[in-house]
Amino acid sequence: MSSDYSAAHSFNKVMEILDRFDRSETKIIPILQAVQEEYRYLPQEVLTFIATSLGVSPARLYGVATFYSHFSLEPKGKHILKMCDGTACHVRGSSAVIDAIRERLHLTAKKITTDDMMYTFETVSCLGACGLAPVLVVDDEVYGQVKPEQALAIIDKIDAEEKGNA
Amino acid sequence: MPKLEQIRENYNAARALCEKRIVVCAGTGCIANGSMKVFDALKNAIALSGLEVTVSLKSDDPKEHKHHDVYMVGSGCQGFCQVGPLVTIEPNGIMYGHVKPEDAEEIVAKSIVKDEVIERLLYHDPATGTAYKGVGEIPFYTKQQRTGLKDCGNVDPENISEYIAHGGYFAARDAYSRYSAEELCKIYQESGLRGRGGGGFSTGLKWNFARVEDNAKKYVVCNGDEGDPGAFMDRSILEGNPHSVIEGMLIAARAIGADEGYVYVRMEYPLACSRIREAIQTAEAYGILGDHIFGTDFSFRINVMEGAGAFVCGEETALLASIEGKRGMPNPKPPFPAQKGLFGKPTVINNVETLALVPIVLQQGAENYRKVGTAKSPGTKTFALTGHVANTGLIEVPFGTTIREIVFEIGGGVLDKDGKINNDAFKAVQIGGPSGGCLTREHLDLPLDFDSLGSIGAMVGSGGMVVMNDSTCMVETARYFMTFTQHESCGKCVPCREGTRQMLEMLEDITNGEGTEETLELLAEAGEAVKLTSLCGLGKSAPSPVLSTLRYFREEYEAHVKAKYCPTKTCKALSPIAIDPALCRGCTLCKRVCPVGAISGEVKQAHVIDPMLCIKCGACITTCKFKAIS
Repeated sequence: MSSDYSAAHSFNKVMEILDRFDRSETKIIPILQAVQEEYRYLPQEVLTFIATSLGVSPARLYGVATFYSHFSLEPKGKHILKMCDGTACHVRGSSAVIDAIRERLHLTAKKITTDDMMYTFETVSCLGACGLAPVLVVDDEVYGQVKPEQALAIIDKIDAEEKGNA
Repeated sequence: MPKLEQIRENYNAARALCEKRIVVCAGTGCIANGSMKVFDALKNAIALSGLEVTVSLKSDDPKEHKHHDVYMVGSGCQGFCQVGPLVTIEPNGIMYGHVKPEDAEEIVAKSIVKDEVIERLLYHDPATGTAYKGVGEIPFYTKQQRTGLKDCGNVDPENISEYIAHGGYFAARDAYSRYSAEELCKIYQESGLRGRGGGGFSTGLKWNFARVEDNAKKYVVCNGDEGDPGAFMDRSILEGNPHSVIEGMLIAARAIGADEGYVYVRMEYPLACSRIREAIQTAEAYGILGDHIFGTDFSFRINVMEGAGAFVCGEETALLASIEGKRGMPNPKPPFPAQKGLFGKPTVINNVETLALVPIVLQQGAENYRKVGTAKSPGTKTFALTGHVANTGLIEVPFGTTIREIVFEIGGGVLDKDGKINNDAFKAVQIGGPSGGCLTREHLDLPLDFDSLGSIGAMVGSGGMVVMNDSTCMVETARYFMTFTQHESCGKCVPCREGTRQMLEMLEDITNGEGTEETLELLAEAGEAVKLTSLCGLGKSAPSPVLSTLRYFREEYEAHVKAKYCPTKTCKALSPIAIDPALCRGCTLCKRVCPVGAISGEVKQAHVIDPMLCIKCGACITTCKFKAIS
């Protein structure tokens, strides 16, 4: 975790982002989005720093950061899996895929990131690709009409690639 | 800026020099199915065959016009996502589905070089096996009336000249040069155009409220926070025809006197975000957005804001709070946004589909627009047809169309639990997402419009239409929607925050087999209370899926609480105890120990348990020597 910690302390990027959005309080959401893009989550130190820079209370910023589901206060895994559980996906069997992935990665609805920080698995409400239901997004690649075996095969493939890299 | 007529003329001249045009669908659905690989493969195959291909038609400067054998376009969503990736060849009118990169060579050799049709790539009706050549023949398309979606999936969303050549921005120019703000509001009131985002409020009337406000600063906001799970028309329009939304916003701005606009898009739609951003930049470069619009003294600029994942932000006051950089929580109305909206200024908020229809109303004229649809709901509506139906996708039909026409004709029929077309398997259509209700067999011939749906406890909502077959448990479906709204409740008002939680717990009790008849009464009572007393639309409509299923599928709820039995065997806790006929020896032991006489069967023949009588005491399971009961 030390690399994340040092990254959180190099605020140059944050300064750049703040300047890009005119240090305006009304731009809090795009600022947090840009910061999260950079760090993959919102480190506490960075949040405090932004609050001070914008002249708002840390509570105000924390309120916004916790309101929107896109923001994460916890670090996320290297690979992000998002399973759509919108209505169309739900009636077409997303639950079975969700159960299979959770079992495989030893995750639950509450614990969404694996201990080795390799995977984060989230469910999302609708990705708007209902024609392909059920839909799984792995690292921004969209897979349609996914069956549990397919989802596990995708994880196997990533595992194999990671082993190859190691 | 150059004259629209000139841009159109130049485009048509450049286009006339292209022998063939290939449209590859580049909507989210088709891209997921690999359409960009198909696009590249086709491009390479065309080049290899010695033909000349272009992917960007430069038309504005006549000096650059030249002959192209093939002009390739990546379009927005064509609506028929299930058959994607889709490839259309013009002028032949051929449409291929499920195209793979490996098919590229054959397509070029047969359908581009020659004019042959490749039978195996055509769309085949799943029920009859009939092959259809193209959009002009496929029942999924021919039975629709695509108005707002007409150019979506046809024009290149990244080519403003193509949009203009199809008549785009002419209505906006009329709005700025021919009409006064008052006249515009009147035209839209007369057209009967109603908001497509859920409320169904008159667009012209809404504009007029903002118009009469005396304020130098006003805003037009496009609500693209399409959070309803199962609806994706706004995504498709923003991806496929972003200029139509910009034009709608321009006209709205003129009608109320606004000089600044926002497009609020869900971050879950990255392609829609980038397409609308790019379209705004292009429109600025062409002088359509900015200062001195169409040679007048009016200015209008548009900002894009990405949402951060909160369903409640689809509610207009919450959306405004979100643009202001706050927690997206709704505020009580009045004051309405038309009086005091974004940053306290008069604001008009229209949804994406409504704005895309705005230029069309002006093109057609109010009177002509009213000719389609029903008297109180004129025009067409897009629906996202999904679930257990043969053809899933985005469709547009006139108001007044029936569920029967949509599901059985356009949708091609209901899929049963084995994935086969079987219309007898139809159980319900859930319409309007977490705010809507269920329509059943008895509503198959009901003409759909804002008012007819409201009268039976459903709503058009944003137009999500999920078909469910008889293997779907309606109680589980209600629980699913309640989980969603409970999770998305912002917590500001007590009825929604606490009420949805209580309702969800009751529904969980029922699906876990812990509900009683009293639970059902309490559930209905809580639902009515949440509906009556919540602050915003989210809470007011959150109980709808529950109340609607309680109304039309009461017997299913009763099976869950009385017989502790889930008729579709979806709720695991209520899946019935059953005897495996292969293991049962017919010893009759279980039949004798059953305290309620639920087991029947002859000696030495497999016994069966009547799940409606079974109380799940488990006596039979422990008695059976052959482990045949589980």
